[in-house]
Amino acid sequence: MTGPSPALAVHRLSFRYGKTPTLDSLSFDVCSGVVTILLGLNGSGKTTLFSLLTRLFAPDSGRIEILGMDLHQTGSSALRHVGIVFQQTTLDLDLSVAQNLLYFAALQGMGRKEAVLRMTEELEALDLADRLDHKVRTLNGGHRRRLEIARALMHQPSLLLLDEPTVGLDIDARKSLVAQLHDLVRRNDIALLWATHLIDEVREDDTLLILDKGRLLAAGAAGELVKQSGKADLVEAFAYYRTAKA
Amino acid sequence: MNAAMAWRAFRGVALREVLRFFRQRGRFLAALVRPLVWLVIFAAGFRAALGLSIEEPYETYTTYEVYIVPGLIGMVQLFNGMQSSLSMVYDREMGSMRLLLTAPLPRWFLLLAKLFAGVAVSLLQVYAFLLISRVYGVHIPLDGFVGVLPALILCGLMLGALGLLLSSLITQIENFAGVMNFVIFPMFFLSTALYPLWKMAESSPLLERICAINPFSHAVELLRFALYGKLNVMSLGVCLACTMVFFIAAVWSYNPRRRFHSSRTG
Repeated sequence: MTGPSPALAVHRLSFRYGKTPTLDSLSFDVCSGVVTILLGLNGSGKTTLFSLLTRLFAPDSGRIEILGMDLHQTGSSALRHVGIVFQQTTLDLDLSVAQNLLYFAALQGMGRKEAVLRMTEELEALDLADRLDHKVRTLNGGHRRRLEIARALMHQPSLLLLDEPTVGLDIDARKSLVAQLHDLVRRNDIALLWATHLIDEVREDDTLLILDKGRLLAAGAAGELVKQSGKADLVEAFAYYRTAKA
Repeated sequence: MNAAMAWRAFRGVALREVLRFFRQRGRFLAALVRPLVWLVIFAAGFRAALGLSIEEPYETYTTYEVYIVPGLIGMVQLFNGMQSSLSMVYDREMGSMRLLLTAPLPRWFLLLAKLFAGVAVSLLQVYAFLLISRVYGVHIPLDGFVGVLPALILCGLMLGALGLLLSSLITQIENFAGVMNFVIFPMFFLSTALYPLWKMAESSPLLERICAINPFSHAVELLRFALYGKLNVMSLGVCLACTMVFFIAAVWSYNPRRRFHSSRTG
């Protein structure tokens, strides 16, 4: 018996910068209604992986499938189903919240009416409705991150890719964003791949992928991986996997 | 690619460029002041020193101010093309370029949209300059304002495509000063923008040959002829060919396999 096909399937993906292997034969799936956390220290290859998943780079070998479509064969059209929040902000600071969202909607080919409707819905869902005409430059870090998430959801993607979305946020803003994203995945049944180096953002029932020096060291439910390691918590389990499989 | 969706994306990119342009009032002012300084100060000083014979497309003796106007239009478009390139490097460093390049449209189409958006902005600058020049007293035929439009679009595309290509090759915004020294100044001064070819030949046949093969010279001559309702076929051919070559090279440079994004953080 086979389960539902994953929103994102990565098969034996490899990538090098010059002669340095950055990603080494990665394979994993990301399914709908599940938060999948890609946990790795800085330099582990998370951002490079995101560049491959978003077609900014092309892989040296391996395959990426989004909803069953091969990303590098179908080209950019597969990205229609993907919402992306990069680690580095991609907002235009001198445009207003509305102008940023409408620009994105235009890039997605959305009509004006639909764009305005979706913009209102997403801003309300992320408590930003009162900021519509504010210049992005005037928003604080937490609001900017939520705006980027609202923007990534404008076209109702099936797969959401977040590269360290909580970087630079204070503890309260981080907690709030983590809760909002878990709620979002459950409510909308979307697939979420979330890259982070912050272990406290991982919940027990999240699917966890541990990445180190471009290699996938462990994959499975976070709680299960802790149990399998025989360690007391995820912090120790993470250290265990990194040393045991180095 | 659905045509309606592509059009919306195209319009979105153009609208953003125009919004950014109007937001940066200093840029508009600089775009106007630069050629006006040349027209009002430089040309006035050189009018007496530089005698110009009758040659196509002119049908009578022309003042130096009249001669220099097409070159200054080219200058506006050259600087605008490089400004677009600078803004792409800036967008890439600030991350907003990723948003464009991860849109679900072919990359060549997104770059073409960006290119046309840059041309739209350059047209605003050129027509503002032409109007001021006319008010200042430089005789430019009124029907030339309309006749020059296709040439302006083509020259804008050519210089914008060159800017696009350069933006893919420049890894850091700090390196952009090199573009001023090694691209803008040589292109402008080694062209027919300020002096006709025969004048160059009088002082140096080598300079004349360099000017003759400079694509910017052909852009200037295409504009000069178009302003007087004439077509310079040779310049048209060179501008079309250069636009194609620069644009294809830019699309190649922005190919994911070229890995022009250098940021590696996580």
